[in-house]
Amino acid sequence: MAEPILEVRDLVKHYPLTQGILFKKQVGAVKAVDGISFTLHKGETLGIVGESGCGKSTLAKVLMNLERATAGQVLYKGEDISRLSGAALKAVRRNIQMVFQDPYTSLNPRMTVGDIIGEPFEIHPEVAPKGDRRKAVQDLLDVVGLNPEYINRYPHQFSGGQRQRIGIARGLALKPEVIICDEPVSALDVSVQAQVINLLEKLQQDFELSYMFIAHDLSIVRHISDRVGVMYLGKMVEIGTDLEIYDHATHPYTQALLSAVPVPDPSDREKRERIILSGDIPSPANPPSGCRFRTRCWKAQERCSTELPLLAVPELLAGGAKHESACHFAAERETAAAA
Amino acid sequence: MPERNEDIPDHNDPLRNIQPTDSDHLDYVGQQGLAVEQETLIEPDPVKREQARSLWGDAWRDLRKRPTFIISALLILLLIVIAIWPGLFTNADPRAANLTQDYLRKPDYTDFFGAGWFGYDGQGRSIYARVLYGARASITVGICVTLAVTVLGGLAGMVSGYFGGWTDSVISRIIDIFFGIPLLLGALVLLNAFSVRTVWSVVIALAFLGWTQLARVMRGSVITVKQSDYVVAGRALGAGTGRLMFRHILPNAVAPVIVVATIALGGYITAEATLSFLGIGLQDPTISWGVDISSAQKVIRQAPFALFFPAAALSVTVLAFIMLGDAVRDALDPKLR
Repeated sequence: MAEPILEVRDLVKHYPLTQGILFKKQVGAVKAVDGISFTLHKGETLGIVGESGCGKSTLAKVLMNLERATAGQVLYKGEDISRLSGAALKAVRRNIQMVFQDPYTSLNPRMTVGDIIGEPFEIHPEVAPKGDRRKAVQDLLDVVGLNPEYINRYPHQFSGGQRQRIGIARGLALKPEVIICDEPVSALDVSVQAQVINLLEKLQQDFELSYMFIAHDLSIVRHISDRVGVMYLGKMVEIGTDLEIYDHATHPYTQALLSAVPVPDPSDREKRERIILSGDIPSPANPPSGCRFRTRCWKAQERCSTELPLLAVPELLAGGAKHESACHFAAERETAAAA
Repeated sequence: MPERNEDIPDHNDPLRNIQPTDSDHLDYVGQQGLAVEQETLIEPDPVKREQARSLWGDAWRDLRKRPTFIISALLILLLIVIAIWPGLFTNADPRAANLTQDYLRKPDYTDFFGAGWFGYDGQGRSIYARVLYGARASITVGICVTLAVTVLGGLAGMVSGYFGGWTDSVISRIIDIFFGIPLLLGALVLLNAFSVRTVWSVVIALAFLGWTQLARVMRGSVITVKQSDYVVAGRALGAGTGRLMFRHILPNAVAPVIVVATIALGGYITAEATLSFLGIGLQDPTISWGVDISSAQKVIRQAPFALFFPAAALSVTVLAFIMLGDAVRDALDPKLR
């Protein structure tokens, strides 16, 4: 496997809940991200899935240093970047860029496309000399499949898919090594989603990019990812290659999540077994003790409420699963594999 | 303009180079209805193609069609010309007084643009000339106070809204304190501190007391814009505070401030006249509508016209600015219609 480019170790992000007007006192914390570790290798795509509110976007923000991590480390090529500020942080930003979810709000409506894509060069003048910038911007437009003559247009003159291409061009401008995609296609039409995904795949090949791809659409994540991590309530519950996760899931939450993927073939649909989880996702301000999923898990036993399951290759499955799963009773589901 | 998605295949075009890396996966995605279709590019109307449409461009197009805007803009233009070159409209000297001949002489309505057109005041001076020359003080006060409060209040609101936290708390409390001072009472105290009161002392007093309104509008606007994705994107690129503030936030947050400032301009002109009327604003020999209204008030029973003309000029000016502000607000924020 390729060298690791981004290593996340026990990353924690808590948002304090305070009480009082003048003298604020902390009464608790929303545990948006609560101890997550994973590694992103060079040239690979790591998909992160999970339902709304599980901390996917917070994870992206912390990795981008848009939010300060409460604890833990983010190592970029072995250097901890989670505590950087000033010039050092600015230098790291050249290598890690982001593509945003909503192409309608992530482009400044008062700037032309040329100004939006050219802005990275103004912030980091060493990347492109002043005279070459217009050319560089036009090249980027060409790379993402837009007409270079659109350089003087405003964002509202483009469709959603085109706007997302502009957002991708802006992310590419600094020639980063890692691009964090925070639900880059969930605001787009289904037909346009495929184009943007294909563009991202092409760019990955051309520029040797590593992607962290956050989404809640399981099909898209499976399509684009080499490895997939499943998050629940601020924790990573299972991580492995796409095949391991999609066909050999061992964590009950992953199995429930996968059983919710729509099956287009009506005859297949009748055969499969849906796992319906009861109850709501608990509040991240007051998560359950032990395993966070136990309140909705059909396998839950006494042990789950007292002992926190660690993300590790399950010992129970001798010779079976090889990927990490955070469950005391990790096991593949017999019927799940049939589909 | 060549349309790259519709012309002959281009091997550089990623849209035409879709190569599935894994056929199994592509199939899976295909099942979900993700079949690749060409995205139809929105091609704007060919005639308007190269017109860059921005908020200001739209607002300007909208404004040009509004009668209220045209009328008020023409009026304001005329007032500004009068304020700069009052001599263009009259030969009479606004300070020439002939008490024996012209004391409260009635207007001669046939004497168009003549010294006696609007009659003479209690000092025997031409009211027509004084109305023209008085425009300068009112317009100067109005425009200068508005500029000063926009810059001051805008800056305070920007800093307060952008940085938040204790900076915001301190600035907001200062704004609250200034809000608690009644304008006239505050101006009365301030202007009494000046030994000689000129247009500029009135400007300073009104700006000092008036910036809070703009600061509040700016603060709210900045807080809204600060949270938008493009500001986060700017931060992710490594943009500094100055760039974020002036390239990303200010252009998107300034519209409501401009609207409030335009409407407030009329209010500042009224405030100057009120202060002059009360005897704490401008004084003779400065020519101002407020001063003239104040002196005409003593002879109102014999010569109502001496009060009417400066008061009418003041009302028309204030009305013109408020109408302009309304038109600008409607154009910038179509939701308010």
